[in-house]
Amino acid sequence: MATLQISMARPTSYTGWWGWVTTVDHKRIGVLYGLTAFAFFLLGGVEALVMRLQLAQPNSSVVGPETFNQLFTMHALTMIFLGVMPLGAAFFNFLIPLMIGARDVAFPRLNAFSYWVFLFGGLILNWGWLTGESPAAGWFAYANLTSGIFSPSRGMDFYVIGLLVLGVSSVAAALNFLVTIINMRTPGMSLMKMPVFVWMAMLTMILLITAFPVITVGLIELGFDRFYGTNFFNTFAGADPRLWQHLFWIFGHPEVYILILPAMGIVSEVLPTFARKPLFGYSVIVFSGIVIAFMGWMVWSHHMFTVGLGPIANSIFTITTMAIAIPTGVKIFNWIATLWGGSISLKTPLLFSVGFISMFILGGISGIMHSISPSDAQQQDTYFVVAHIHYVLFGGSIFAIFSGIYYWFPKMTGRLLHEGLGKLHFWGTMIGFNVTFFPMHFVGLDGMPRRIYTYQSGMGWDFWNLISTLGAFLIAASTLIFLHNFFRSRKKGEIAGNDPWDARTLEWSIPSPPPIYNFVEIPVVESRDPYWEEKYSHGLPVPSGGSADSGESHSLAESDRLGPDRDVFSMEEAHHLGIHMPSLSHWPIMTGLGLAIAGLGIVYHPIIAAAGLMITIVGIYSWALEPATEPSESSGE
Amino acid sequence: MDQAQSHHQTVEVGHAPSTTTGIDHRKMLIWAFLASECMFFGSFIATYLVYEGQSLVGPYPAEVFSIPVTSVSTFVLLMSSFMMVLAYSAVSKGDIQGFRAWILCTALLGATFLGFQVYEFTEFSQQGLTPRTNLFGSSFFTLTGFHGAHVTVGVIWLLSLFGYSYINPSALSRDEGLNVDLVALYWHFVDVVWIVIFTVVYLIGVVEN
Repeated sequence: MATLQISMARPTSYTGWWGWVTTVDHKRIGVLYGLTAFAFFLLGGVEALVMRLQLAQPNSSVVGPETFNQLFTMHALTMIFLGVMPLGAAFFNFLIPLMIGARDVAFPRLNAFSYWVFLFGGLILNWGWLTGESPAAGWFAYANLTSGIFSPSRGMDFYVIGLLVLGVSSVAAALNFLVTIINMRTPGMSLMKMPVFVWMAMLTMILLITAFPVITVGLIELGFDRFYGTNFFNTFAGADPRLWQHLFWIFGHPEVYILILPAMGIVSEVLPTFARKPLFGYSVIVFSGIVIAFMGWMVWSHHMFTVGLGPIANSIFTITTMAIAIPTGVKIFNWIATLWGGSISLKTPLLFSVGFISMFILGGISGIMHSISPSDAQQQDTYFVVAHIHYVLFGGSIFAIFSGIYYWFPKMTGRLLHEGLGKLHFWGTMIGFNVTFFPMHFVGLDGMPRRIYTYQSGMGWDFWNLISTLGAFLIAASTLIFLHNFFRSRKKGEIAGNDPWDARTLEWSIPSPPPIYNFVEIPVVESRDPYWEEKYSHGLPVPSGGSADSGESHSLAESDRLGPDRDVFSMEEAHHLGIHMPSLSHWPIMTGLGLAIAGLGIVYHPIIAAAGLMITIVGIYSWALEPATEPSESSGE
Repeated sequence: MDQAQSHHQTVEVGHAPSTTTGIDHRKMLIWAFLASECMFFGSFIATYLVYEGQSLVGPYPAEVFSIPVTSVSTFVLLMSSFMMVLAYSAVSKGDIQGFRAWILCTALLGATFLGFQVYEFTEFSQQGLTPRTNLFGSSFFTLTGFHGAHVTVGVIWLLSLFGYSYINPSALSRDEGLNVDLVALYWHFVDVVWIVIFTVVYLIGVVEN
């Protein structure tokens, strides 16, 4: 027993790279998610630039058709699964415990596991770049183009295994954060007092938990077809290729809301702070989010209007798709009403949020056009669809994510990003984005198909394609400005202090960057904007244009319950105060690594798969039996 | 430090509050996980139903299914859930001997069910039905195979707790036997999935053909 105890001892050093590998701290994991996802985001951007170079002129030969197919497939997969989703996860990790007044998530080690599995899954998905066999059947990989006959290379194998591994990461993270949000809220924070970001996060988790199993089943069936010769998508055995399309889009449409709901949450936090007003119609925004998440399940076949499901199915999905515009529109009006009459301070985070609202409206309008099934028949598989998806995912999600980065960077690092460079970044991105993607509406309606590697001159597409390419390089240049700003501000940025924006939610009440235990004293909240209440209900005048929350309590004056002592303690001092933090662990990365090796083994050799499985099993048992070095660790299994 | 005089419900320094809902984190996690599993098996069952009657070549369901044999294995799995309840009941009363006996019975019945499945799969393949034969073979073996994999994980989990009861018996009775409660929820869920499979795949499959 004694030797077992020693060999199982948990790592204790918080410093150095090993401290990061074994970390279970939600803030560090959030940073890891953010940096990794941004690196993948840049990779996806480079893939896009190569495609735009190829399409800048007709009959171009920068890359061949094979490479082009790999580029558009990997660009979409990278941006969706390795860029936007984990950037959202970075915010979830860093912010949710801070916003709900918790010291960590419900399952810190599971959280670390989610990150490592995400990293390995991303590497598997990109493995094909090393072997020259990337997936090339488009990100939604319609059967039976994905069968062994039509996709003989290992590309689709990496697609299947990569997405399966990423699914494990997403579901594990979603289970963890769902429990965290429901079960670790600070006293007084009822559901209807949670920040809207946390609400949208919770809905995202519910969608992840329920949508990912469906694609998992689709991927298992596709994988079995490819690896073991089953018949799920084998039309010679009578299979129906529409099965894949249904499984994919039953996952795929909720996935769209998985990408956009966190963005809506970020914007709902940024707008009130910079308009210096409470969020207009909090409960309506929350309920609209619930309706969007619920109706996200009832619209999937609008991706399949030209498949031939018949007029009844097409009509039903036309109606449900139009109906989902209502809660989305309600949110947009609420955001505009939040700005209305506010004393607006036009800082970079607000610029990006306003950019989100305006670009998302444009994406929404083209979405309404798609929802009309006869009209969609004209737009199917043209650049019009490409324009639409980029207006909602780039103009929507990415703009909101940048807004969130400018807004919370000071909380994460203790320093502000440079405001002038930030504005330059915003205007460069805003102009570059519209120059790139707006012309795609024109060439799309002109009939230019998506996913073609080149086109003939004289189709009327030459000019707008060149403009799109120029715009893409403007986006790239703006992103370089952001990177410069990021690295510069990391070292030399203005010191932020606890609360640089005079903000409203709990995370601003603690130091920047927050100490490892977050809150010395667990805060007790009585309103929707607890930190705002704390600051301005002591009889202090509210800065111009603002007013304290219209909510119930103005009686907080007698005590400063959000933690009277904001000094940062060392871990030892914190320990003496009775603050117990979960211990570090190296089993999450081991278990995740075993899973990834097992996955690659399915592609390459059963022995590798067996070895990976063994590592996973050892990892799971070591994890379960690992002693807590501190007495009150809350996470079990 | 004016917290001492505060008459509000100030939380003590350092002590994290118990959970918001009063439900243990792990119990909530397993429930949410089971929701995810519902979608997982739901999708496999949907695949099976979509392809029901679509196979171009035999063998077809009515030719291979043996309802008496599968009824026995279903009964075995149902009884294992009963044993599971007894095991949980024992551990929550602190009766570790009773727990060991009942959880071993649960695991053995689960293993017996798996034995039936191995027999059935072997029997089917001898009659010419493999995952590669037709759509029925692909969707049947994948659905029941993943169910069998879940039962296997459950048996390993049960046996692990049986072994753990010799290493650290007090840990098992802690929190009203939460560690056993978790595996019990999982076990009952896997059992319920089998009831659905037995009805939809076997019983209706034989009647319709």
